[in-house]
Amino acid sequence: MNKTEPLAEVRDLKVRFVGREDTVHAVNGVSFAVHPGEVLCILGESGSGKSVTLRSLMRLLPDRARIEGDVRVGGQDVLKMSNRSLRDLRGGSVSMIFQEPMTALDPVYTVGEQIGETVRRHTGCDKAKARARALELLNLVRIPSAERRLDAYPHELSGGLRQRAMIAMALSCDPKLLLADEPTTALDATVQIQVLILLRKLQAEMGMGMIFVTHDLGVAAEIADNVAVMYAGRIVEYGPVERMMKAPLHPYTQGLLASTVHDQSRDQDIDAIPGSPPDMRRPPPGCGFAPRCVKARDVCRTAVPAERYPEPGRMAACVAVEVPEMAAA
Amino acid sequence: MVMMDGMIPTPTPPADPRDRGGALQPLLIVRDLIKHFPIKGTGGRAVRAVDGVSFEVRKGETLGVVGESGCGKSTLARLLLHLIRPNSGELVFDGDPVDEPHGISVSALRRQVQMVFQDSYSSLNPRMPVRDSVAFGPYVQDKPKAEARDIAVNMLAKVGLNPDQFGPRYPHELSGGQKQRVNIARALATGPRMVILDEPVSALDKSVEAQVLNLLRALKRQFNLTYVFISHDLNVVRYISDRVLVMYLGKIVELGPVDSIFSAPRHPYTQALLASRPSMDPSRRIDDPPVTGDPPNPIDPPPGCRFHTRCPHAQAVCSAQEPRLIESLADDRHIAACHMHDPESGHTMAVAGSA
Amino acid sequence: MSESAVLTTPPAAMEDQAAPATRVRGYWQSVGYRLRHDKVTCFFAFMVLLIILSAVFAPLLSPFDPYKESVIGRLKPFGWRNHILGTDELGRDMLSRILHGGRVSLLMGIVPVLIASCVGGMLGVVAGFMGGRVNTGIMRTMDVFYAFPSVLLAVAISGAMGGGMVNGMLALTLVFIPPMCRVAETATTQVRSLDFIEAARATGAGTFIIIRHHVLGNVLGPVFIYASSLVSVSILLASGLSFLGLGVRPPTADWGLMLSTLRQSIYVVPFVCALPGVAIFITSICFNLVSDGLRQAMDVRM
Repeated sequence: MNKTEPLAEVRDLKVRFVGREDTVHAVNGVSFAVHPGEVLCILGESGSGKSVTLRSLMRLLPDRARIEGDVRVGGQDVLKMSNRSLRDLRGGSVSMIFQEPMTALDPVYTVGEQIGETVRRHTGCDKAKARARALELLNLVRIPSAERRLDAYPHELSGGLRQRAMIAMALSCDPKLLLADEPTTALDATVQIQVLILLRKLQAEMGMGMIFVTHDLGVAAEIADNVAVMYAGRIVEYGPVERMMKAPLHPYTQGLLASTVHDQSRDQDIDAIPGSPPDMRRPPPGCGFAPRCVKARDVCRTAVPAERYPEPGRMAACVAVEVPEMAAA
Repeated sequence: MVMMDGMIPTPTPPADPRDRGGALQPLLIVRDLIKHFPIKGTGGRAVRAVDGVSFEVRKGETLGVVGESGCGKSTLARLLLHLIRPNSGELVFDGDPVDEPHGISVSALRRQVQMVFQDSYSSLNPRMPVRDSVAFGPYVQDKPKAEARDIAVNMLAKVGLNPDQFGPRYPHELSGGQKQRVNIARALATGPRMVILDEPVSALDKSVEAQVLNLLRALKRQFNLTYVFISHDLNVVRYISDRVLVMYLGKIVELGPVDSIFSAPRHPYTQALLASRPSMDPSRRIDDPPVTGDPPNPIDPPPGCRFHTRCPHAQAVCSAQEPRLIESLADDRHIAACHMHDPESGHTMAVAGSA
Repeated sequence: MSESAVLTTPPAAMEDQAAPATRVRGYWQSVGYRLRHDKVTCFFAFMVLLIILSAVFAPLLSPFDPYKESVIGRLKPFGWRNHILGTDELGRDMLSRILHGGRVSLLMGIVPVLIASCVGGMLGVVAGFMGGRVNTGIMRTMDVFYAFPSVLLAVAISGAMGGGMVNGMLALTLVFIPPMCRVAETATTQVRSLDFIEAARATGAGTFIIIRHHVLGNVLGPVFIYASSLVSVSILLASGLSFLGLGVRPPTADWGLMLSTLRQSIYVVPFVCALPGVAIFITSICFNLVSDGLRQAMDVRM
């Protein structure tokens, strides 16, 4: 493991959304850590709790969310923070980019004004300096003719440029940790790869840690160092991306890889995972994947499987995963 | 009656009694379809969503349509069903011109062509049990209520949903994959010959996407269907299509057999699109973007070749002249609209490109 | 036609049968479920029911004839000679008059809203679904009426047509049609652009059948919520009209009218004179709160 102090550390995070009639158990005990310079991908389908986990790091959740566990960002306990220090944290040492930049950017201000405003709020510099910094940032995210784009309103930019502008805004205070919530999902294929490459380069240049939430294995393969696969509110597999893509441990990851359409023969059906993800208002008592799993045994349906570490740096929460004697000792 | 044709599994599906032109007559011929959406208050400017598109859909094939947002693929889907009226252009369904005095009417077309929409919260009526949503089509097409209900029950079973269990449910009680199965059942309930699938799996999770793709393939065999499959996902299109049509800003840039397109793409845009797919291999990551910039706004598409603003091989001729759809010398069924494949275009790479 | 079909389904394609075991509940059923579990709304719905029942059975419940005058028993306080709520300026029993007055008030509160929902709702659905010129025509006409404050409009219309209950109801109906139409139009326009309407069109269904099967069910909710909130407004407006002498004519028992005739005696028997106002207040509050509860219960994201 990395010896440096982790940028963010989550222990046994549980998030429930309490509604009038039912409670959604979105996250059910998630633990992970991110170190400086590391890109962690949280991979999961809709409803797996991946976005909720990410938002918990900044406590960006609606009031009806009940958060339990231990969330530390930069050594501070996020869950116990005052609203004021939380504001300083957001956009300061930690910042976030979203799937839909149109909702994150204010339509009545120009891009330059918005980035400048963020810079001024966190550094307290004057307007001219903030504008110069904004220009610098737009150049950093490779927006062509940045000078002109400073005075553009968000709606005047194309989807890809808007996403770049949002990244620029997120980087305005040199964050140590960047949280990305499916930032490329709404983009076209040719633009998505540009943004992915940009994020990868910026992350390496600035030495940031990054947590990148996605549902797309291909995207994870392009950007991740480590991958945490989430299913039904739990991390079912964790490990370096190369190992996970080559030899997935958990049956869900295996199924996901097999069912992702990629150069399969057209003559045969794809190996689909049967069934649908569980309803998180009534999560299954044991392993969340057991109802769809071909390898499920009786014990899977009654008890949540313990984490197993078959290889250094890899984890899988499945009873079918064999742990070699040496590693177990 | 119609939908029972495919019921007996035989190696060669029996000839459809509605087949008029024979196997070689394309099921649908599209000629010079144009649809512009005028924008109010801009003095006659318009979104040129579909701008002169011609192709044909052969009987029994799956024609994949790919392109990025704003390329006009969804507009094209709606034009094929006359859900929107084209500004100009012609549709010929199995030899009969659509919506013309000597041809077939739009409602006759809609008895033979159906559409499956992207799964979204709006694809099914939230106040209707899904069984009734499926039964609506046959009911509208003059089936008695009881018979329409029977058809709906059958169709739900066909798409893998237990009719007793799922039929009385409302859309919000179904998962995304289940809703999409209902959407498919609804489209097939009227016994169409051709189904237009507009991003049918884009909103689904990967594990469910595979189920739905398998189902679509099985149903196609069973009911002897012809598909027009619209998607932005090249991997999915590659898996499901026989031929592929690539669109860019309202124009066809390339059209050909799927293997030929994926192994030897001719148009620089298709090449870029293919190269932009994530590699799925962390040790072979893409280091440089295959193409820079965003697709231009379809309101004022660039003159000449619409891709020339982003094309690495663009030359003067590309912005001056619109390329023709050229059949290549090697394969007459694979066409691309690029000056590099037109020996007479004047592009310096023209000869090398088409070799 | 329908045999054999189930058998040919490949078992692999079968959806997991153990999927969510939610109780199958339609929209209106789930609204009912929510309402039953909303104690506040239930209480006020019960109150509304009581008010309606007491109005309906007013002749049975009234201890005295509401129109029987008495020269000696004028303006008596609560409890005077079995007149539990006292008597009015002509010596008529207040309790009986309040009960009977409720009939008029409720009628004036509910009937105009009902008619306006039907007429305005239909106009709105047609405008929303047809769009274009039809929409412009209908909605601009509505806007003309919208331009006047509702009280002013009601007063103007019933003033022009003369008093009386029927004219009053007509005036209120005309006042409520434009906002009702606007609500229905907005809801319809939203529904019209959804995919399932397009899918219905793709099956070759005509406008009328699409409206009947796919639009009405989705527009009914918002229209109903709005209508329920209008009932209390209508009661207030009707009382206002009567108060101004533009609604029901004396000697009919009506809360607004009673308030008007009793107001001169406010220093003689203040509590008795306030009674019609209290009745109006309680009734409209109850309707309002029930309507609020309804809105919450029907605001289900589906």
